Amino acid sequence: MGWFSDMLGPFSGFATTFRQMFKPRVTIQYPKEMRTKPQRFHGRHVLNRYSDGMEKCIGCELCAGVCPARCIYVRGADNPPDEPVSPGERFGFVYEINMLRCIFCALCVEACPTEAITMTHLFEMSVTERADAIYTKDELLVDVDGTPRHPQPDGPLIDIGELKLGDGWMRATSPSGRAAYEGVVAWTASATAGLRPPEQGQSGDREPVTIDPEEPDATEDVTWEEPAAVADGGAGDAAAAADAADTGPEAVTEDESS
Amino acid sequence: MLSGWEIFLEAAIKVVAIFIMLLVTVILLVWIERKVVADMQNRIGPSRAGPFGILQTVADGTKLLFKESMTPRKVDFPLYIIAPIAALVPALLIFLVVPIGRPFHIGDRLITLQGTDLNIAVLYFLALSSLAVYAVVLAGWSSGSKYPLLGAVRASAQMISYEAAMGLALVPVIIFTGTTSMSGIVESQAGDWLGFLGVWNVVLIPSFVVFFVAGVAETNRAPFDLVEAESEIVGGYHTEYSGFRFALFFLAEYINIFNISALTVTLFLGGWAGPDFGTPAAISWIFPIFWFFLKTLGLVFVFVWIRASLPRMRYDQLMAFGWKRMIPLSLIWIVLSTLAIGVRRFGLPWS
Repeated sequence: MGWFSDMLGPFSGFATTFRQMFKPRVTIQYPKEMRTKPQRFHGRHVLNRYSDGMEKCIGCELCAGVCPARCIYVRGADNPPDEPVSPGERFGFVYEINMLRCIFCALCVEACPTEAITMTHLFEMSVTERADAIYTKDELLVDVDGTPRHPQPDGPLIDIGELKLGDGWMRATSPSGRAAYEGVVAWTASATAGLRPPEQGQSGDREPVTIDPEEPDATEDVTWEEPAAVADGGAGDAAAAADAADTGPEAVTEDESS
Repeated sequence: MLSGWEIFLEAAIKVVAIFIMLLVTVILLVWIERKVVADMQNRIGPSRAGPFGILQTVADGTKLLFKESMTPRKVDFPLYIIAPIAALVPALLIFLVVPIGRPFHIGDRLITLQGTDLNIAVLYFLALSSLAVYAVVLAGWSSGSKYPLLGAVRASAQMISYEAAMGLALVPVIIFTGTTSMSGIVESQAGDWLGFLGVWNVVLIPSFVVFFVAGVAETNRAPFDLVEAESEIVGGYHTEYSGFRFALFFLAEYINIFNISALTVTLFLGGWAGPDFGTPAAISWIFPIFWFFLKTLGLVFVFVWIRASLPRMRYDQLMAFGWKRMIPLSLIWIVLSTLAIGVRRFGLPWS
């Protein structure tokens, strides 16, 4: 019977193609059904505020300097003394991102010392004129109550709620780059999302061990102390940040069912 | 007595009805093909225009109507214009001889559900399918461009080779049924076998296989689509055509698929013959039409199935398959089937 199955060999492909007709489809009908985005999705940026309404951006231009696509333009200005915009000495007076150039690498997020710029899950940013793709502070900065802005209105395609889903960058990398900090909330509370919990899957439930602030690297297994270092260096209001953990807007849950 | 205008009216109604039916069928055919191929490739296929994307072909056709028909500088214009027409006309004409249902009476007049009951229908089909080669060759030649010419050269060799096999495959059918009229061939296949199956000409299985394979080659379908192999010679003979002229080629190709399927059904699978479950005459007229279209669409599915399953043949394989396999097989089968029919009719020579 060997010759017989040899003869049928070229026809075995017909069985294969016929079988495929009853297999499930893998296509996602995009505008109708949307996939759940990965937690660390890199969408468009927002400029955050502290929960007291102060802007986080201090106009340091580190984001513009690190940007490999050179799509960020920042100009800082001195804070007006009687009505400061940001907690520090200076603030981001002009802040523009050219979304046509941006490669969504999130290096700006990594570079930012105050977590002012973060990425969100929204990527529906199509425009009909190139000039509209340059996002200015008007579009980037969230409102005082934490509502993000977008040039296009909320709709079936553009889910503004995704702008409240922060990126995973800060949660994915521990503050010092040390794995020992995993499971520690290293995120400053913001008006957009409040204080976010540690990323899922990280061992936040370990037995806490106190670090020696002088020699943090000496301790093997550490937990987070109230960040004195951040308060000093980052011009942030440590007390406000700590309060925000309790009083800020409701934290966005890890469940991304938007 | 029939007056002249009555005959003319009957013919006109039939021709217009067949024309409309073919156009509607092509719309369905393209949709079926795209859906089935998509299914076999784990895709979804057209789903936007109309329910399940069934109007996608209408949208595409409308788009082609409104597109510019560009004329390249080097074309031989009269031939360039004639070619798409020459492709469509034989395709439309072939279907005129295919019976799609049981003949019925209006008063004392017999109305056949076919364009015309030609007594040489099989020859008529062979003649017209040979004419289809001209369209491809003329299109390739008159385009004044290299890829169309390559496609045309391939087409002339391929279609003529398989034409021979196709004609030879029809000989046992004619010997077996003793007629070249389509309605005669269908009637000879009527009757019951095991209570419900028709006595089809499937007993001529080698002829059936050769005819259908040659039909796939005649319509330039995968795996014999070297004539319009997009990965090698862009679009083949219709590379330089756009707009409505291209639509005519496209239309002709799909009508030809339907024609070949319908003819295979008529010649080998019993045509419209099928059980009508003893229903009264008021309803039973619909069953022959239903069976005809069911069988034809089944073969169309096979066309698509072949396309989704088999890769394109190499050119020497194509020629070797045509000349060294199909034609000898047909010839041997003609001898064998003639002997068998002779023995059945006249008895063994020594008896």
